[in-house]
Amino acid sequence: MDISLDLLFNAIVSGVLLGGFYAAMSLGISISFGMLDIVNISHPAMIILGAYLTWWLNETYGIDPILAAIVLAPFFFILGFVIYRIYYDRFEKNVGGDSLRGLAFFFGILFIIEMVLILLFGVDYRNINTTYTDSSLNLGFVSLPYRLLIPCALSVGLLLLIREVFRRTYFGRAVSAVAQDPLALQLMGVNPVKVKGYAFGLSLMIAGFSGAMLMIIQSVQPAAGRDYIGLVFAVCVLGGMGNLMGTLLAAMILGIAESMTATFAGPSWAPAVSFGLLLFTLAVRPQGIFGK
Amino acid sequence: MKNHSKFLISALVVSIIFGSLPFLINSEYFFFAAYSVLQFVILATAWNILGGYAGYVNFGSAAFFAIGAYATVAGFKLHFPQGLNIIFGTFLAGIVGLGMGYLTLRLKGVFFSIATLALSVVLLTIVTNTPFLGGARGVYVIVPRESPIGVGQYIHWLYFLILGMAIFSVVVARMIEHSSLGQGLMAIRDDELAAEGLGVPTLRLKLIATTISGALMGLAGTTFPYLITYMEPTATFNLSFAVNSIAMPIVGGLGSWIGPLIGALLLGSIQQIASVTLSSTWNLLIVGGVLVFFVTLAPNGILGIFKKKK
Repeated sequence: MDISLDLLFNAIVSGVLLGGFYAAMSLGISISFGMLDIVNISHPAMIILGAYLTWWLNETYGIDPILAAIVLAPFFFILGFVIYRIYYDRFEKNVGGDSLRGLAFFFGILFIIEMVLILLFGVDYRNINTTYTDSSLNLGFVSLPYRLLIPCALSVGLLLLIREVFRRTYFGRAVSAVAQDPLALQLMGVNPVKVKGYAFGLSLMIAGFSGAMLMIIQSVQPAAGRDYIGLVFAVCVLGGMGNLMGTLLAAMILGIAESMTATFAGPSWAPAVSFGLLLFTLAVRPQGIFGK
Repeated sequence: MKNHSKFLISALVVSIIFGSLPFLINSEYFFFAAYSVLQFVILATAWNILGGYAGYVNFGSAAFFAIGAYATVAGFKLHFPQGLNIIFGTFLAGIVGLGMGYLTLRLKGVFFSIATLALSVVLLTIVTNTPFLGGARGVYVIVPRESPIGVGQYIHWLYFLILGMAIFSVVVARMIEHSSLGQGLMAIRDDELAAEGLGVPTLRLKLIATTISGALMGLAGTTFPYLITYMEPTATFNLSFAVNSIAMPIVGGLGSWIGPLIGALLLGSIQQIASVTLSSTWNLLIVGGVLVFFVTLAPNGILGIFKKKK
């Protein structure tokens, strides 16, 4: 009895730590899909791209993954801005939109990223060793590995920061406005295409950051993004579209659910959890747990 | 009517040409390659029924294909005859399509797409955890060397089977295109709200299309275990099935039965050459690149380019 209680407690703790990181992975999707209505299914592949660039920076220049997340930010921002311009020009400009081709476009990008990574780095798993990856914080009754604790703390910090940016700054309000009524925004003298471009750049910047964090947590291979596609969309929908605090809470719920499943049913069952939760949410409560 | 007889005659000519190949060509590899191309004809045609006609993107072709394939594995283990396995796999994939559609098609189209994408991951997890289906280690499906019809080798028999299935799929797609079901689906693609307002039973039509499309993808998978004889989950749930079945109709031209056929024959053959001369990684990179290229620069595919020049 004691042992299973201990197991349960540990499963919850590691679930919360993982959930914090999942929040960062889903945050980008919450912005692009939840606010901008751009279904970027290549987002998880972008995360893996971020992870590989982090690995490369670490391998060649000895840059710490946390620092790499910052170094990579401008690159991902510009990448996002450029991709949005193409997307807008080809799929969004015509009213009535062509969502089918937009989806196919991002699906193609997903494959291009994966295959280029395979061609450049091979299919082997890559990992990074730092001073903190092998130690943990001992609180007596429970030990928190820094490998999980640092990404979790940084991710939650980033989410709260971005939430404040959205609430307080002019840019943040413009993004919320573009989600609700782009035409009205245009009448107020703001260019919605530019605002969406910056916001999409921001979402990819977060993807790059998540990739750096993923590299701290575990070893990564080029197609690893596929496992997270269900997860990020499940969190985004469950938390309520574009609701950042909802995203954080949903990510925690999913982290705990996955960790419990891995502990009590075996790790090979964990990937099915996010999908089950996604289907359940779509069927029963498509507006998410915190939606109106 | 004139169109129909034209179609029937050309279909007959094509089937005779393709059907006589085993008697003319003496290379087992050729039939392996031809099998793969014809398999993609079925997948692309099936995808087009929902994607091209109704505008709903299914990312789960690999999952539906694998349902058909693993139904055959189950049937093989229970010593069912091949014909029964084919019917069973097709039926099962259709049911899963119906269920997925029922859960997600009432919402915005993209939720259906996301759900189909994740379906592969879940089914992969289930198969990996089911020892009866071979689990993660995989399972052997033993086939006889001789063809059951007495002519040629077993690969020839499989070739005949997949050829028949491909023709069947194209005929089904064409029939849908010329029926009220096809008209309704195209109305949904153009403006779902308006279609609904005019009394088109949108949900019912979408569900029928998803079921047929899923069933045909399953059909394509039912003979796969007999071809590769060793079934391993990651190879069967390969996302290359998904990207190919989207890229082929888009490259050929969406919304008409001939588009996916052109796309599948073209892209399928290029890939057969690329996988021999380059590698399977390059192969997928080409498909991804071609998909992005066509979708941004030639959104109506080869058919669209052709029509513009006329």
